[in-house]
Amino acid sequence: MDVITRGGVITDPGNSVENKTGSWRVFKPVINYEMCIRCMICWQFCPEPAILKHEDEEIKKSTPAPKDALKRLPVVEIDYDYCKGCGICANECPVKAIDFVMEER
Amino acid sequence: MTRVMLRGNESIAYAFKLARVKVVPAYPITPSTLVPEKISEFIANGEMDAEFVPVESEHSAISAAVGASAKGVRVGTATASQGLALMHEVLFIASGMRLPIVMGIGNRALSAPINIWCDHQDMMSARDAGWLQFYAESNQEGLDLGIMAFKIAEDERVLLPVMVGLDAFVLTHTVEPVEMPEQGDVDEFLGEFKPKYVTLDPKKPATLGAFAFPEHYMEFKFGQWVAMERSKKVIDEVFEEFERKFGRRYRKVTPEFMDDAEIAIVTMGSMSGTAREFVKRMRSQGKKVGLVKITTFRPFPKEELLEVLRGVKVVAVMERNISFGFGGAVYGELGATFNNLAEKPKILDFIVGLGGRDITFKTFQSVYEIAEKALSEDVDEVNWIDVNKEAVYKAEGLL
Amino acid sequence: MNYENEEFFAPGHGMCAGCAAPIIVKWVLKLAGPNTIVVNATGCLEVATTPYPRTAWRVPWLHVAFENAAAAASGVEAAAKAMGEKVNIIAFGGDGGTADIGFQALSGMVERGHNVLYVLYDNEAYMNTGIQRSGATPWGAWTTTSKVGKANPIGKMRPKKPIARIIAAHNAAYVATANPAIFNDFKKKVQKALNTEGARFLHVLSSCTTGWRHDPSKTVEIMRLATDTGLFPLYEIENGDIENMRITYKPKQFKPVEEYLKMQGRFRHLLKNPEYVKKLQDDIDAWWAKYGHHYQK
Repeated sequence: MDVITRGGVITDPGNSVENKTGSWRVFKPVINYEMCIRCMICWQFCPEPAILKHEDEEIKKSTPAPKDALKRLPVVEIDYDYCKGCGICANECPVKAIDFVMEER
Repeated sequence: MTRVMLRGNESIAYAFKLARVKVVPAYPITPSTLVPEKISEFIANGEMDAEFVPVESEHSAISAAVGASAKGVRVGTATASQGLALMHEVLFIASGMRLPIVMGIGNRALSAPINIWCDHQDMMSARDAGWLQFYAESNQEGLDLGIMAFKIAEDERVLLPVMVGLDAFVLTHTVEPVEMPEQGDVDEFLGEFKPKYVTLDPKKPATLGAFAFPEHYMEFKFGQWVAMERSKKVIDEVFEEFERKFGRRYRKVTPEFMDDAEIAIVTMGSMSGTAREFVKRMRSQGKKVGLVKITTFRPFPKEELLEVLRGVKVVAVMERNISFGFGGAVYGELGATFNNLAEKPKILDFIVGLGGRDITFKTFQSVYEIAEKALSEDVDEVNWIDVNKEAVYKAEGLL
Repeated sequence: MNYENEEFFAPGHGMCAGCAAPIIVKWVLKLAGPNTIVVNATGCLEVATTPYPRTAWRVPWLHVAFENAAAAASGVEAAAKAMGEKVNIIAFGGDGGTADIGFQALSGMVERGHNVLYVLYDNEAYMNTGIQRSGATPWGAWTTTSKVGKANPIGKMRPKKPIARIIAAHNAAYVATANPAIFNDFKKKVQKALNTEGARFLHVLSSCTTGWRHDPSKTVEIMRLATDTGLFPLYEIENGDIENMRITYKPKQFKPVEEYLKMQGRFRHLLKNPEYVKKLQDDIDAWWAKYGHHYQK
């Protein structure tokens, strides 16, 4: 896209990804995969969205889980490039599998 | 081409129909109500394939026009006076977004007191909104300018919205003979509508109407400036092409009886007809007076005015608007046009015909007398004509 | 097609951490899919998602002004119709742009029956300009224009405008209140709205961490309490049939309103006087006594 477009149109949809809003973070959510039941509630409520959902079989199997049966479900991963550290995911996690810790930079 | 009898509002409605406008959002307001009525009739009769959006206000009319134009169709609407004032905010958005909307205006006075008759205050109050502004002298001009407005607005070098003004009642409600162009000729003239701007298309998602910081805002405004400057040439080209195709000549500024004129009377809109007859009479009496009719007020035709007014001693600007605390808009701009020239005429402002007061030979006679006097002595720069000044002075406690 | 795993609302936008509006937007778009055009009223969502030259939107998006999203959407819809294009047209507006300054345009759009889904994200005040009261601000809320002090210990003294019922009274094809914290109900209503023809209106509660004065992590929890206390009931109304409004969700056990109030700074002053808390509780109880029978499992 040129610096100036006619009428101020933006023709590069979703180019906000160039803003790495992860720099806003004061607290940082950390998923404890040993406890994560892969319910997707954090993914559902993340306002950025900065929680990725992996459907890849290899990732599903190789990621730790509290029960083997859960390994057929998708895996969530926090995208720290964009996570602003609101903590909704940690607050909503039904099994408290997300720690909310001070960001260290 | 057939000759028909049309009211001014119908000129605009027929221009939209002939231009194959696809969306007409409009809200009725005197004196332009007949435009949406006529569009509704065309659609009901199956003569026009368009969506009429009977909005609940003028603000929504122009907002819907912006939405429809952004989606990528040809859009026309019409309003007047208070309606145009209610649209004011969105006028700037339409031009800022570079959407080639065409709007017919039944030029009418603004409240208070409420008044439904003609003056140019409504469009003049919108002069800085970034729209091209044309003023028609007759219903034929209304129709022709209405058609040409689309071609100019949609030109890739321009992409700006256009207003076409027709004087309230004098044109909007008056039946005049009009040469109606053939649909096929208009189709050829305008070509199929293919938006030359970014539209709302799910196959090519784009963001229209984004937020701009100081870092970018001014460049967008400069873009509008550049487009308005470029429109000057486009207008000339379109006027020429129109003349070749339809035989009627348009100019941004039309001089008449100007060859040896010492006094020039400058007009816009329907008063030009009366002015012409007056000038003819004065010429028959040996007076060196000419007429300069402005058709395109935005972009302001500086170059053309400098050309036609060269050597003139007194310019009398007939003005159906007033900027309180200064004078009329045309006077102000004409003055600025000569600003940096060593030789300039005396430029006088005549506030006439506000709120539908008739502009008659007597009006022009009064104007002429002051202009003639100005050839040899100083006179007031801003002159209110045909006004009961004494009654006003009394009301204001001055007498 | 199911687009739930796709994101049409990109990260990198500038909405506050913990803002509920993006949760609503991302789900409406996931459920609508790519064949969608969004019209956005001026407000936080518009400003924070499109700072030129960046945009968070991966679907076509139009912003015109504050009070005219419904009118602009009407124009988009008319043009789409003229072009013979079938496309979801979705308008997003906050409570100011919808229930107050944009009310007339919305009323017109719904009365004319445009095939548009209008989504109100209701954060209960003018948050973009810095927490001024709106017609949707509830009784007793502090805002910067309903301040609390010696002469006014309450804050906003008038109740919340029942915008969903007002719009339903226009014979809108589909109207519902929804709350993303009550997720299944919310999702079902978005889907139903998307699958209905005509003018549709979703009134969605949307917490604002700065205006409601709460920790960003509590957004969903507080919104859940809004419904679980009975304060923000979830219902739907089809074709203007207000008499047959359906309440779609009823908490198993209503929580006392105090639990909702005490989590938000905007209500802190109310807790000093048990009478104010009681008034709010009584209002809730009265609403459910009057309408509770509209609940359908």
